[in-house]
Amino acid sequence: MIIGAIQIEKKHMVPLRDKILNPIVFVLLGLTFSSILIIAVGFNPIKVFSKMISYSFLNLRGINGSIRAGLPLMFCGISVSIAFKMNLNNIGAEGQYAMGAILGGAFALFGPELPFSVRLIVMFLLCAAGGGLWALIAAALKAYWNVNETIVSLMLNYVALLFMDYLCYGPWMAKNQTTAISESIPKGMYLPNIGNTGINTGIIAAIIIAILLYIFFRHTTVGYQVGVIRNSLKSAEYAGINVKKYILIVMGLSGTIAGLAGFVQITGVVHRVQAQLPSGSGYTGIVIAYLSQFNPIVVIIVSVLFGGMENSSAAVQIMGVPSQIATMLQGSIMVFVIAGEFFNHYKVTLNRSNRGKNRNNRGENRINKENHRKVRGVA
Amino acid sequence: MTAFIISICTAAIVYAVSILYAAIGEIFTQRAGIMNLGIEGIMLMGAVSGFLTVYSTNSLKLALLMVILVGALLGLIFAFFTVTLRADQTVCGMAFLIFGSGLSGFIGKNVTGIASAVKFEKIEIPLLSQIPVIGDIFFKQDILVYLMYLIVPLSMFYIYKTKPGMILRALGENPAALDAAGINIFFLRYAYVMFGCAMAAISGACISLSYTNFWNEGMTGGKGWIAFSLVAFSRWNPVGAVLGALLFGGISIIGINMQIYLPGIPSQFYSMLPYVATVAALIITTGSFRRKHTEEPAALCQSYDRENR
Repeated sequence: MIIGAIQIEKKHMVPLRDKILNPIVFVLLGLTFSSILIIAVGFNPIKVFSKMISYSFLNLRGINGSIRAGLPLMFCGISVSIAFKMNLNNIGAEGQYAMGAILGGAFALFGPELPFSVRLIVMFLLCAAGGGLWALIAAALKAYWNVNETIVSLMLNYVALLFMDYLCYGPWMAKNQTTAISESIPKGMYLPNIGNTGINTGIIAAIIIAILLYIFFRHTTVGYQVGVIRNSLKSAEYAGINVKKYILIVMGLSGTIAGLAGFVQITGVVHRVQAQLPSGSGYTGIVIAYLSQFNPIVVIIVSVLFGGMENSSAAVQIMGVPSQIATMLQGSIMVFVIAGEFFNHYKVTLNRSNRGKNRNNRGENRINKENHRKVRGVA
Repeated sequence: MTAFIISICTAAIVYAVSILYAAIGEIFTQRAGIMNLGIEGIMLMGAVSGFLTVYSTNSLKLALLMVILVGALLGLIFAFFTVTLRADQTVCGMAFLIFGSGLSGFIGKNVTGIASAVKFEKIEIPLLSQIPVIGDIFFKQDILVYLMYLIVPLSMFYIYKTKPGMILRALGENPAALDAAGINIFFLRYAYVMFGCAMAAISGACISLSYTNFWNEGMTGGKGWIAFSLVAFSRWNPVGAVLGALLFGGISIIGINMQIYLPGIPSQFYSMLPYVATVAALIITTGSFRRKHTEEPAALCQSYDRENR
């Protein structure tokens, strides 16, 4: 397609270098755009960004904090990536996270006295089940009645969060408390740190899950068939792949992992159930998944960066910058990376050479005309 | 009892109008073949920009103008992404949701929870407001509601009775045919996306300038999504959207009122009502156990690429 002097061509292969470089360039552009907004609100973006970076990434305490804040994001990011891998727009990670936290939290708070390791395992399974079952509502509606999973999963977010609000303001509310938080879970159920580094062991769980999923989607029949469904639903149906079953499996798996975000957040970070526990992690997970191009291992790294971003928003709040800066940055980064995606699929060139060709043609025409005249003259 | 019914109906209309602007805008956008999932984010941007203008200038006219401008600008960007760059419309919509809610929280931080001096006040229409009950319900509303009384019939007329309306319907069904007929479909899609976003922004302004007179982060609370599901519910028909909006409005207002009369059930369960109702309505209207959705624009959510014809 040619628009004015710009020529757009389709690319058939995307070199790996472009695949990696492209998001980085557009993330930087997104940050540049955010800088304009930060200036508009009356702050110096260079000061703000350097403060954010030095707070979260330039010292050990900061890095530990970033990893801690990134923990639930990792699970949400992985959760969203595997659903998006099959073109299932599960934007309900927020609610699945909440339901996982509710089911697991109920056991941690009111469960029977068992050895702590057993309790942790049971809680892990319950969190997974809570998230998975919540996602299955949207999945079943999609699979059997083809109801838009995007809207259903989002509406269920509000329902889950309201239910969580009810529990934390009502029956679970801790004694002598005015805020909506429960009593803390038993000390023995806290996730320990790795040695004395201050890094939470939750990250090991996240890495193991990421690697397992990576292998699962790369090297198993299920993974292969999911790939077929993503690329072409029609050919998948024609090949006899049971699409309904895969919608249930993938969406359920996605919800399960989102539910585990509740597990790491409760046992590793806050040690209690509280209202608004997910605080937008489910939505941040969408940005992370998209930035990592749905690769669960990349999700881990991006999550730590985003965790740092969220942590440091509190640090720049002291300067007077609204703490919503983190969400604003995420939004602009995502918008720009999507714009950048275009350049992965299409090659845009300035169409100078064509104009040159026209000029040459004109020259040729003139010569032809002169020849013609000569010929006529001779005749 | 009459007073109670009047108060419920009045409130239901206010609620309905606050989602109708977005829903009717989205009907136009989707009929043009573009699906904008980011209504919620755009509504928030509309709400915050309107509130900030009123807060600093005390002028409602200026605020409404600002809201429309902000909405149209966001629409321009969205159209650039989905029409020119042919980005995935679902992902793009989600990006706008996140971008809108983040940016609105960021720029509105300093005015959170502060009440503005002016808001759209209820105006009584002479004579008509004297009619018992009906006058009280329909003709003691604010200007945004009265505008909606005009927009609904006008949009019906536009879509079904005019030539540009016919082109609009074709745009969502078979853009290639229109392109072959020499109609600039890229321009039209830009225009309808911008219109839809401007309408969504007005919806946001309904919430921060008429429903209440303050700004709060994420104050739309999923109304954008309710508006979005209303579009499929209405079968891409503005009058259907009115009925749906009144239904959702009625359900949530009754929920709020039940809270007063039946305090035994925790308030959170009443707040869940509109969301549960949306899911239920979505299942009933779009579930595949019903006959196939013939009203859905055939080219919805597909970016148009001349080379792929």
